[in-house]
Amino acid sequence: MSPDQGLPATSAPAPENLPERSQLRADLKLIADMIEKGSRVLDIGCEDGALLEYLFREKQVTGRGIELSQAGVNACVARGLSVIQGNADTDLGNYPDDAFDYAVLSQTLQAVHAPHLVLEQLARIGRKTIVSFPNFGYWKVRRRLLLQGRMPVTRVLPAQWYETPNIHLCTIRDFLLLCEDLNVEVERSLILDERGRMTTARSLWWANLIGQQAIFLLRRKS
Amino acid sequence: MGLKRQDLAARLDKMIKGETSPALEARAQALPGHQVELGHDEPLKLDCGVELNAFTVAYQTYGRLNADRSNAILVCHALTGDQFMTGDHPVTGKPGWWRQLVGPGLVLDTNRFFLICSNVIGGCLGTTGPKSINPETGQPWGLDFPVITIRDMVRAQRQLIDHLGIDKLFCVIGGSMGGMQVLEWASSYPERVYAAVPLATAARHTAQNIAFHEVGRQAIMADPEWHGGKYQEAGKIPRAGLSVARMTAHITYLSEPALHRKFGRRLQDRKELTYGFDADFQVESYLRHQGYSFVERFDANSYLYITRAMDYFDLASEHDGVLANAFKSTPVRFCIISFTSDWLFPTSENRDIVHALNAVAADVSFVEIESDAGHDAFLLDEPDFRNTLRGFLNGCAERLGIAAQ
Repeated sequence: MSPDQGLPATSAPAPENLPERSQLRADLKLIADMIEKGSRVLDIGCEDGALLEYLFREKQVTGRGIELSQAGVNACVARGLSVIQGNADTDLGNYPDDAFDYAVLSQTLQAVHAPHLVLEQLARIGRKTIVSFPNFGYWKVRRRLLLQGRMPVTRVLPAQWYETPNIHLCTIRDFLLLCEDLNVEVERSLILDERGRMTTARSLWWANLIGQQAIFLLRRKS
Repeated sequence: MGLKRQDLAARLDKMIKGETSPALEARAQALPGHQVELGHDEPLKLDCGVELNAFTVAYQTYGRLNADRSNAILVCHALTGDQFMTGDHPVTGKPGWWRQLVGPGLVLDTNRFFLICSNVIGGCLGTTGPKSINPETGQPWGLDFPVITIRDMVRAQRQLIDHLGIDKLFCVIGGSMGGMQVLEWASSYPERVYAAVPLATAARHTAQNIAFHEVGRQAIMADPEWHGGKYQEAGKIPRAGLSVARMTAHITYLSEPALHRKFGRRLQDRKELTYGFDADFQVESYLRHQGYSFVERFDANSYLYITRAMDYFDLASEHDGVLANAFKSTPVRFCIISFTSDWLFPTSENRDIVHALNAVAADVSFVEIESDAGHDAFLLDEPDFRNTLRGFLNGCAERLGIAAQ
């Protein structure tokens, strides 16, 4: 799809109102719902391993994680998950092609040094890639820049500019252009509103305005 | 460290005279624990080409093997370690080297697991080594003992595990040289290991580490009491040389912050410098003590052989120079742990193993633990280390359904 023609319709219906079986963060739950049972998953930036543990318990997934913080890795390994201390910029190159069914990068893309190289690696390692990130095109971000002339501080971008770990922020449109350059196509996309709920958008223009976060399921173009 | 000067002087005197302590000898001869003679059914084929048709392995076990023989953990000891991991050591009388981790309710829980630790081939605490009698000559092997490798140590352990009737080890774990054996186990016998925990180790011995070992060996061989390796026949012990080897090595096991914290520039039992070469500083006194006490429990020739085995270790070279090839399609679950202040086996060396395992998409966890204790950190009960290891072992045990007994 071209980034200038609307978003593909979300192919799956919104997750049904199933009772929550664990306290998984809403955006992670949406990612988990994209993942097929019994698959192999690499979660980059897996934090305390909440997604991996959920996937292992609920979907019998074979999971691996990479996490930068020692506290995060310790927490993961201590709960029996297979996680290495490492970083998306330097520790992806060793994995073989198609080593995983899914490579997941949740809320991490904007914090890496070279997002384009990381995304390229993800698309190589995973048959499919799931990426979520805060949308810098969100209307409140634009408003703060436009009216106050200040760097935005929002729920998903809570840090001040001088202390934020987010060094490569992008909009949904920027991201899709990058995917295009990397020969990666969107299989599914989810736009999340301020409360982390899924919302629908008629066009890319609209999605880029109302989406505070976005989640994309990507695959290499054949 | 509470050693008084007189005590040190007495030890030094004993050292110079080269006497052996009869009490010590007696304790070493009446070694407790298990010993088994192996090699009759299957000779031990060493990397150097020699085959041993009969060799003894001394080992200790802790805990009980469960009915389906699925809870066995093989612990591989480090260069100067031995099979007495916990409890009072039969030779030194001091607590075992891994007392902080091995025991009921501890990380290596003897209520849940069956732990096996054997003295390595080439060692000096019951397993065949250069101190043993060469059946062909009736004399101690000395330098006629074949040069052994890490892989040879693992081959001997594999025969022990066969002898114990264990098909698959729940886990193989060890630090430093023990970690090298863990890697060799996972690479040579992947179908016989469920989980592998190499701690503070490397897939090859670095030039710097070989260099330190060479200093130690030269110190031993420069001691006139070494007698070209035939000191047993001469009734001597190369105490000075072995002490210096231990002192050098001991520095590499610590870190500058740890030494500073422990000793700083503090003086030993004196108010001012003596303007001489006595042990003015606490750190000198400590090292001398480490050296002297080591001589009482370790054989100089064994030290030569075992350091050599570590020097020769390069797992990649056994696999066309590509470390990842050592682990192709491995089913083993790995947990690699390094320590921030370890400059002997730094995190980078451990991370190289992680990268090789990633290259074959192996199941691997990797944690770097914050500690200022240097290489020796793996012997200590650091909370992050303990929790990580416990979590990993619990996760594995849960998947295999191994419960506490």
